[in-house]
Amino acid sequence: MNTELQSFIQKYDLLGCVQCGRCTGGCPVTVRTNLNVRRIVYDSINESMLEDLAKLPEIWDCTTCNTCAVRCPKGLKPVEVLIGLRNIMVESGIIQPTVRDALESVFREGNPWNKPKARRSDWMEGLEVKIAEPGKKVENLIFVCCTIAYDPKVQVIAKNLVKVLNKAGVDYGFIGDDEVCCGSEVYAMGELGEEGLFEMLVEDNTELFNSYEAERIVAISPHCYSVFKNQYPDLKAEVIHYTQLLKELLADNKLELKKELSQKIVFHDPCYLGKQNNIFDEPRYILSQIPGVELVEFDRSRERSLCCEGGGGKMWVESESRKERLAEIRVKDADELGATLLAVACPFCVLTFDDAIKAKGLEEKMRVAEITEILGEAVE
Amino acid sequence: MNSKPKIGVYVCHCGINISKTVDVDAVTEYASQLPGVKVARNYSYMCSDPGQLLIKEDIKKQGLNRVVVASCSPRMHELTFRKALAEAGLNPYYLEMANLREQCSWVHADREEATAKAKKIVASAVAKVRLLEPLEEKEVEVEPATLIIGGGIAGIQAALDIANAGYKVFLVEKTPSLGGKMSKLDKTFPTLDCSACILTPKMVDVASHPNIELMTYSQVEEVTGYVGNFQVKVRKKARFVDVDKCTGCGICGEECRLAGRIPNEFDEGMGKRGAIYLPFPQAVPAKYTIDPERCLFLTRGKCGKSPKCVDACPAGAIDFEQKDEIVEFKVGAIIVATGYDVFDATRKPEYGYGQYKNVLTALELERLVSASGPTGGQVVLGEGESAFVPKEIAFIQCVGSRDKSVGNEYCSRVCCMYTAKLAHLVKEKIPEANVRVYYMDVRAFGKGFEEFYDRVRREGVRYIRGNPSEAFKRGDKLVIKAEDTLTAKTLEDEVDLVVLSVGLEPRKDAREIIDLLRLSQSADKFYLEAHPKLAPVDTATDGVYLAGCAQGPKDIPDTVAQAKGAASSALILLSSGKVKVQAQVSSVDEATCRGCGYCVEICPYGAIELVTVNRFGHKVTVARVNEALCKGCGACAAGCLSGSIQQKSFKDSQILPQIAALGVKQ
Ligand SMILES: Cc1cc2nc3c(=O)[nH]c(=O)nc-3n(C[C@H](O)[C@H](O)[C@H](O)COP(=O)(O)OP(=O)(O)OC[C@H]3O[C@@H](n4cnc5c(N)ncnc54)[C@H](O)[C@@H]3O)c2cc1C
Ligand code: SF4
Ligand code: SF4
Repeated sequence: MNTELQSFIQKYDLLGCVQCGRCTGGCPVTVRTNLNVRRIVYDSINESMLEDLAKLPEIWDCTTCNTCAVRCPKGLKPVEVLIGLRNIMVESGIIQPTVRDALESVFREGNPWNKPKARRSDWMEGLEVKIAEPGKKVENLIFVCCTIAYDPKVQVIAKNLVKVLNKAGVDYGFIGDDEVCCGSEVYAMGELGEEGLFEMLVEDNTELFNSYEAERIVAISPHCYSVFKNQYPDLKAEVIHYTQLLKELLADNKLELKKELSQKIVFHDPCYLGKQNNIFDEPRYILSQIPGVELVEFDRSRERSLCCEGGGGKMWVESESRKERLAEIRVKDADELGATLLAVACPFCVLTFDDAIKAKGLEEKMRVAEITEILGEAVE
Repeated sequence: MNSKPKIGVYVCHCGINISKTVDVDAVTEYASQLPGVKVARNYSYMCSDPGQLLIKEDIKKQGLNRVVVASCSPRMHELTFRKALAEAGLNPYYLEMANLREQCSWVHADREEATAKAKKIVASAVAKVRLLEPLEEKEVEVEPATLIIGGGIAGIQAALDIANAGYKVFLVEKTPSLGGKMSKLDKTFPTLDCSACILTPKMVDVASHPNIELMTYSQVEEVTGYVGNFQVKVRKKARFVDVDKCTGCGICGEECRLAGRIPNEFDEGMGKRGAIYLPFPQAVPAKYTIDPERCLFLTRGKCGKSPKCVDACPAGAIDFEQKDEIVEFKVGAIIVATGYDVFDATRKPEYGYGQYKNVLTALELERLVSASGPTGGQVVLGEGESAFVPKEIAFIQCVGSRDKSVGNEYCSRVCCMYTAKLAHLVKEKIPEANVRVYYMDVRAFGKGFEEFYDRVRREGVRYIRGNPSEAFKRGDKLVIKAEDTLTAKTLEDEVDLVVLSVGLEPRKDAREIIDLLRLSQSADKFYLEAHPKLAPVDTATDGVYLAGCAQGPKDIPDTVAQAKGAASSALILLSSGKVKVQAQVSSVDEATCRGCGYCVEICPYGAIELVTVNRFGHKVTVARVNEALCKGCGACAAGCLSGSIQQKSFKDSQILPQIAALGVKQ
């Protein structure tokens, strides 16, 4: 027991913390929940407290936006401590049924949405989609994401991407029904033991990806992108985000945007794309290429983008707080800027902002759209 | 050549440092049996006077001609024992040290094994000492002059001290004026002296000192040679103003077509100047300079009908034909006093510096509170209609210091105190202002610092323990997002002005000096001193010393103290008039050298060159070592493909038997 807990201190470098408070100061959810990640880093040093800490409901308020880790001056990753505490709960089996169901669904069906594996490609119906074949060369191997594949609200993302890629004549291939969850949210929900589900996904997916002769793996969701990029050490192919690919196509004049779109667009930087992986310019470049578009900026943009609360397993955990959601603050800000279109590059952001726009009664004034959707309109 | 070796072996107990783990009696007994050993003894402290006396007596009475001291690292006491040999009339290079402490007793626990190892170490030293040759220590004359690079307070102080001691100083400053960062400060902590009042007299003294040759707007281009004999080349950049004629009246500055249009570096870009300018009123020398990158005439070849400065100057001092000038001179010592840069706050985008007008760096605030600054000492933000006096003011500590995420792990040592000072000054100017300081630790370690911190708190400056994570805009206000870690409450603090207490960083152009003088950098990228405690102003390059923030962040008192230290080190060198050069240098066997030049590339000190010699009527290229430059590192000897270059006292013929005696198979 003792040595295991000591490794908790070592694993998260808890003794390196100077208690400066930058993590909690930057944590976006503190305005609406009790989460104080600095306190948790501090208290976690006391091994006898770990189990009680793990039971605090606010441990599940963390969106794994990673702001705390980016801002920490001592190189700690406070968010990982929270995930470590979630792991204690997951191991002990005392977790919310929704979380349990999602994890079990990943184990059984390869997606957290309790949808049959065999129906993963249903969204392709009626589209001309190229499927990659193991052993065969393909320049861009596209990874769809469970949420995009199954959730009818965001399936348009993949559909539009197909449209754009076909138009540009790119060499690409989708995986099809063999595609399995990337594990990003599984990890965030604390399934991280050595024999755990996350490790299994990493191994299986690595084997699957490496069976293709792919030059690059193109992830559509920033969550998949980030986990492939940072937590899959053995991938043969380079990992990129689709905005990087689209920027390339536009810059090389392989894609022409003819249709005028007279909209005032504000781009929201998804945490997993911006803060965590420093992809800030590509989405803006793409939007700026659309004729007629007026691009405006949030005050809190790029490194200071305000988290939408879509990550960190939040799709399966309802927060107890009744205070205004961050996504609601965000759509209000967008409205103040006079934006008619809130552009994002992440399926979770689409879902959270869509709810927020409804909650704030702003449907008449603005809508949220993923970049692929906007491009899909512009390439017509 | 070598008479029959009569070796003395002296095993040291080093108190119990060695004897605790190594059986010194057994080692002594063993040594006495080794071939050529005449005497073997052990003693509690060989480095003590009686210890040395043992050696000297034996040399005289027993006719020893070689000595092995088996004690600590040669870095500690090799010189001590060499001196002892010399005093007894023996060539000091007939000494070999066997390191029984650092390489044996300190790193082992098992007494038996440690003793066995100690025996081997001694045997190997004995095997080598018999093969050593006598070496001669040479001396070279020292040029009685010093080059000082950088005219901040460090360079100024060092220059004055050396010049007052009667030696010549060449002081080279990159910008058009002396003064460095100190000249930008309003008051100085913790005493609140007016910075200009204490600095300006020193600047004036430098300019008028008969022993100081001041070269401002100049850069060192090349340094060759070695300790005592450096050859220096300096480029004096064209000012396009004849300094002998310029009276500093300033009419040109007012008349310039670009007057008030160019951000003034001295005011951190907040004030404006013309293309011809004096950086600040007390500048030394009080001579105008034309900015060649901005001047219309110099950039476009045309400025109206005729340049206004030319028309205006009553002294006829403007000279667009002026060219850079190269001056060369010799010095014995060099002091590097190039100072620091403040941390570039745009590297922490979360604080919105560069994006919001009311996020300032502390150095910018220094200019705002200064009577000579762009607002005449008023703390006002914005311009014209929108100008306002901030009432809610927050300082954020440790911006760019103690922060791994920007690669600066060190504490900048001055920000806590300058913040206390600035907070005090701001409160003095705006009594109704609410000033708070967001901090993670307050470091008030110097003389009078804690007392000053106490005073500032009691004056009403609030200290909130929590380092903010970001700043963003809400209406007219800036919101600071932080946690008060003492109450574990998160805050969104709305303020008018955010001041970033930026840390001190190595200069962006630090490489220039490194390449010029072969300096090293410590992990924090400041210039590396020879020893952090015992040689804090020396560098690995003999005759080159460090002063001020070039070596690491420090306040003015510490900068001045270090400058005085560097001056004193230079003076020791200059006043002794001579320097000993390394005796254990490399030398080339010209008969076998193939002139490939590999050693020339390897030598980190540039001590080897290729020369052409006449070998039996044929011109051949061979390597030659400049003994004054050679540091005896041996890199060339290890690299030479034909074994032609050998380091004295470390020749192959000497160290191979030494290695063999350790029982190593070859
Ligand atoms: C906001 C702020 C407030 C401060 N307040 C105080 C205070 O109240 N009290 C206090 O004790 N300390 C204070 N300090 C610290 C103080 O500024 C330093 O201790 C001091 O300036 C160090 O002097 P220096 O000569 O080493 O370096 P610098 O002042 O940086 O001077 C270096 C000089 O070298 C020149 N130079 C650089 N490179 C070259 C080159 N290659 N060739 C020729 N010349 C070159 C530069 O142009 C400059 O003139 C403050 C610092 C800051 C940032
Ligand atoms: S930011 Fe890092 S050092 Fe500061 S309190 Fe949080 S974990 Fe500790
Ligand atoms: S990851 Fe984001 S939400 Fe979670 S603790 Fe860190 S800052 Fe807060």
